[in-house]
Amino acid sequence: MDVVLLSRLQFAVATMFHFLFVPFTLGLSVLVAFMETKYVKTGDETYLRMTKFWGKLFLINFALGVVTGITLEFQFGTNWSRYSAYVGDIFGSLLAIEATAAFFLESVLIGVWIFGWRKLSKKAHAAVMWLVAFAGTLSAVWILIANAWMQNPVGFTLRDGRAELVDFTAVLFQKFAILKFIHTVSAAYVLSAFFVMGVSAYHLLKKKNIEFFTRSFRIALVFGLVFSLIVVIIGDLNGVIVAEKQPTKLAAMESLWETTTRAPVYLFALPDEENEKNKIEIGAIPGLLSLLVFHDIDAEVRGLKAFPREERPPVLITSFAFKGMVGLGFYFMLVTIIGWFKRNRLVDSPKFLKLMLLSIPLPYIAIELGWVVAEVGRQPWIVYGLMKTSDAVSPIAGSQVLISLIAFIIVYSLLGAVGFYLIAKNAKKGPEPASD
Amino acid sequence: MTDGFDFGIGTLYPFLGKSDEDKRIMINSIGPLWDGNEVWLITAGGVTFAAFPTVYAVMFSSLYSALMLILFALILRGVSFEFRGKVDDPRWRKVWDTCIFIGSFTPALLFGVAFANIFKGIPIDHNGVYHGTLFTLLNPYGLLGGVLFVMLFLVHGALWLAIKTEGDLHDRAASVANKLWSVLLGVVVIFLVASRFSTRLYDNYVAHPAFFLVILITVFALLGTKFFLAKKAFFKAWFASALTIVGSTFFGIVGLYPNLFPSSINPRFSLTAHNASSSPLTLKIMLIVVTIFIPIVIGYQIWAYTLFKGKVTKEDLAYEEAY
Repeated sequence: MDVVLLSRLQFAVATMFHFLFVPFTLGLSVLVAFMETKYVKTGDETYLRMTKFWGKLFLINFALGVVTGITLEFQFGTNWSRYSAYVGDIFGSLLAIEATAAFFLESVLIGVWIFGWRKLSKKAHAAVMWLVAFAGTLSAVWILIANAWMQNPVGFTLRDGRAELVDFTAVLFQKFAILKFIHTVSAAYVLSAFFVMGVSAYHLLKKKNIEFFTRSFRIALVFGLVFSLIVVIIGDLNGVIVAEKQPTKLAAMESLWETTTRAPVYLFALPDEENEKNKIEIGAIPGLLSLLVFHDIDAEVRGLKAFPREERPPVLITSFAFKGMVGLGFYFMLVTIIGWFKRNRLVDSPKFLKLMLLSIPLPYIAIELGWVVAEVGRQPWIVYGLMKTSDAVSPIAGSQVLISLIAFIIVYSLLGAVGFYLIAKNAKKGPEPASD
Repeated sequence: MTDGFDFGIGTLYPFLGKSDEDKRIMINSIGPLWDGNEVWLITAGGVTFAAFPTVYAVMFSSLYSALMLILFALILRGVSFEFRGKVDDPRWRKVWDTCIFIGSFTPALLFGVAFANIFKGIPIDHNGVYHGTLFTLLNPYGLLGGVLFVMLFLVHGALWLAIKTEGDLHDRAASVANKLWSVLLGVVVIFLVASRFSTRLYDNYVAHPAFFLVILITVFALLGTKFFLAKKAFFKAWFASALTIVGSTFFGIVGLYPNLFPSSINPRFSLTAHNASSSPLTLKIMLIVVTIFIPIVIGYQIWAYTLFKGKVTKEDLAYEEAY
């Protein structure tokens, strides 16, 4: 079988699985640190129990996030060695800095946090959790800078048959990286907020630990509300820069075939890649796309036909993933706004609580779709405009990749089953009873 | 090389852990620290990627199968620590106990196999394409390297356990460290001799006799391990054992230089520090990053070690956060 396809599948399995756990830990570390700080400030035991209960769920996710993260580092060398050799000068250094400057801090301190309850003062212990949260987010900074560089390579020159770094600050501070970071991390925060709200709703519906879960819910609600607004706003700005730097991705996202002024947004469109048109188009809003991405209703937007076939990404997957992500993004904003008005009578709003319980999986879906838009939408490029994915793969046998891919699917399915079983078990069990 | 002792403990685990209590003490002796230790491994990979991207690319793709096995082992091991205590059922614990053993033994063995093969040379052509399979690596010298690493880590792990435990488990760990040390000594001698015939490592030493200091220090550290062990100075013995591990690695690196990843097909295809490194700008940035952050990392890691320096006792297991 085809090494490129198998390696892509393997990378997708590895990354999407990793991405089920990492966003949760990014957001929950902040929430747990906040809860512990409240405990230190008020001395209220409920906050301590909250810290421990949510902290336990954090740790299960953290373990899964760490072990599946090692896979990704390995993959660049094992499966994408030509890519690694070609862009390692830039991409490799970003990963190395992530490990030395951020991941180390997080991994060492998480051990200190778990086992340090009686070894550290309360203040120091809470500070350790803030550092864990800080280090986690700092990791995300470096990883997303590296990803942004794949989307929009800057600050390099081609020399000796590879891309070499010439301007480090251009790589670090490009707009693509900044927007990507804010968008992705905010999405991660929304995910963790919805998890906390959903689990709290479960217990509030059962009328158990009402005080405990009302507080948890309300902390997560504020967090979720703020960041779901930010996700949508930054997502919009992201569209602007994608239009400018990755016109093929934008056209695929919107399923736009013809180059037109007053380009429309379709509420629904079913692309037909063979015949270069949409089979079904419903709810066209003329000019909206031009307005959104160029802030001018008459601006011209290039359609897919403006690019050769071999440079277009898969349109169906990209556009459906994009529409799903955007729809969910607005949904999160809407329900957190509703939640804001219900915040003082949560227990008396069983319908809303049920909705929040059922909403737990949605941010997971949204964030995975976001990854699909970013990565599938970039195809056929691995580094946009610079290197094709098909040129990046290792000179290895397809059979090797097939075996490892099957092994990944088996191992990850088992890990996922055990992981989510433990998460659900601990979430349902609720907190330890108050000591006094 | 800090990760060495937790691989060692994981491998000793089914043999020394007689009761569930012993096992929990063993896990908790590395509990707060293993995660940070493992990052050294990841950082080593990352820094290779940054400084020598071609080496990273060729090494990881040519050692594909071996690295995949190591990867799965590390994944299982990592979650085992976290999962093991989460369900109160002996069969559940048994599953994760097995994973801890396999997950610790496999990387120890395969890293040894991989390093020994790199010392020897890997069949790569001028494009860095690997001509061989997983079994090419499992040649006698490669396997000897695997045994060497396993023995080094076992002694290292047993010493750590002796430091961190008391009573019966402590005595068993100390006696195992003693016995294994004798085996290790034998393996080291065989390895040093075999390297004369299977590799060209000694060429550099003959050319620059001062390099023999590396071997001398390593052997001294190995003898020192026994010396301190006999005096029951376990921490010093552990430290000497750490130095032995670092020395063994340097023995190969010094012998290889300027090669980083030699080709056994033709020396001209070898990847060297000159033809495989990053651009001067990237190397400069990495140097700055490493000089700033590695001392900071070592600083807070030492802090974490001192924070958890006491022995792990049965009482410690009663706390809810214990594994």
